Amino acid sequence: MKRHVIYLDNAATTRTAPEAVEAMLPYFSEQYGNPSSIYSVGCAAKEAVIKARETIASTLGAKTNEIYFTGGGSEADNWALVGVAEAYAEKGKHIITSKIEHHAVLHTCQYLEKRGYEVTYLDVDENGIVKPEEVERAIRPDTILISVMFANNEIGTLQPVREIGEIAKRHKTLFHTDAVQAYGHVPIRVDELHIDLLSASGHKFHGPKGIGFLYLRAGVKMRAFLHGGQQERGRRAGTENVPGIVGLGRAAQLAFSRMEENGAREKELRDYLIGRMEKEVPYCRLNGDRERRLSNNVNFSFRFVEGESLLIMLDMKGICASSGSACTSGSLDPSHVLLAIGLPHEIAHGSLRLTVSAENTREEMDETVDAVKEIVAKLRDMSPLYEDFQKGKSAPERI
Amino acid sequence: MYSEKVMEHFQNPRNVGEIENASGVGTVGNAKCGDIMRIYLDIDEDGIIQDCKFKTFGCGAAVATSSMATELVKGKSVEEAMKVTNKAVMEALDGLPPVKVHCSLLAEEAIHAALWDYAQKHGIQIEGLEQPKEDIHEGEEDDLDGMDE
Repeated sequence: MKRHVIYLDNAATTRTAPEAVEAMLPYFSEQYGNPSSIYSVGCAAKEAVIKARETIASTLGAKTNEIYFTGGGSEADNWALVGVAEAYAEKGKHIITSKIEHHAVLHTCQYLEKRGYEVTYLDVDENGIVKPEEVERAIRPDTILISVMFANNEIGTLQPVREIGEIAKRHKTLFHTDAVQAYGHVPIRVDELHIDLLSASGHKFHGPKGIGFLYLRAGVKMRAFLHGGQQERGRRAGTENVPGIVGLGRAAQLAFSRMEENGAREKELRDYLIGRMEKEVPYCRLNGDRERRLSNNVNFSFRFVEGESLLIMLDMKGICASSGSACTSGSLDPSHVLLAIGLPHEIAHGSLRLTVSAENTREEMDETVDAVKEIVAKLRDMSPLYEDFQKGKSAPERI
Repeated sequence: MYSEKVMEHFQNPRNVGEIENASGVGTVGNAKCGDIMRIYLDIDEDGIIQDCKFKTFGCGAAVATSSMATELVKGKSVEEAMKVTNKAVMEALDGLPPVKVHCSLLAEEAIHAALWDYAQKHGIQIEGLEQPKEDIHEGEEDDLDGMDE
């Protein structure tokens, strides 16, 4: 017996589009040749890689020789930061980033700090947005790179990428953006936005897992990431993941051709979910900016309840979601993003992220709100914090 | 990641609630690390725990350990309740994932804190019982900022 699953964790990963799977299949069984080979089976694979590269380049307004396939978004982020840091070490060793980046960026920055680089971690406002003037203020003569994400993975806020790009250009420093959550969901033109490096990941827009790419503007110096063969212009050695690249290309094609339609549908579902939640669940708070927000992202904190409990109970009802609670991460601290926007620990622990896709339905949104209402009420009945609150022992004037 | 027993106690927690005019109440943990447990004890004149209730803010393991701890101390004497350790709670739940072991410690501490409160109120001493360390009410007002309805 198969239970109906309501999948609302599309920021974690998406269902691979059937068209992408179909496009990939021949490259496992028939066209399995190595693209570096000379015979025709290899040539077919090579052609497919070229075609996918052209597709990706065209979606960004980039040139094909500026697209480097990687093993996913984290690899692209690691490479962008370490590769630039090493290539420009003589110019300087200062990097600017934000406090709400993905760990693929933050932990790479920490790695660089241990190796003599200095990193400025910019604060964000209460909606989770980096202030461009603070980026500009942080620039020093030895700044070599600014890395600010395109859209946040937890609260969905869209960052002022254009303004930051202009600042970077004016100060002749490089600009990298982690666009893992944004690519395939919003239009991105690298020239208009003055982006020098951009990371993306296939499985965040209905492509396969284990494949992504780094856009690297022609002329930017870069250290090789993997040493070996001449693949990816000698900068990322290793036989290409041909099926993955083909799937990535096809998924990108679909995402960009349906972007407007899918975005509108997601937005409708998102706003309906937010509207009902705010109206019907007391003491909840929408995290992130209402307007400058990915069309698929909903993030709420429910006061007096803890996120993991909420997730397990939702799972029992077949609803897949995620939380910024510490318990879901294995550490004692809740999400660094929720703390950066100023949430106190216990409210950050009670957060729930729901990320929709165009495949979701309004009925699923209704079912989800009904489930959340019921579960939050049940957990509050169990919560000593709620008990104190009701007895007036805690901050009643703030409600 | 959780045993069936943990999931069962999480889904159907025993003894959730409050006891009015309880013989002893203990609250441990803090909102920062995401777990707060409160245990209420109703202890009769012979020192037997007649009833035990809990309220917990925390993860699945925190709820399950609270539930199991209340089950284990119910009907026991104060001295016997002192022997309900975190290990006993964990074993009764068929184990916990390593990152959740602290939840069982919290359950043990919550029982001790409630017993301490009982001992204080009645001017008695319980062997092996020490004053509980943490008080969650410290700085709680600050922690509740930033939430609107």
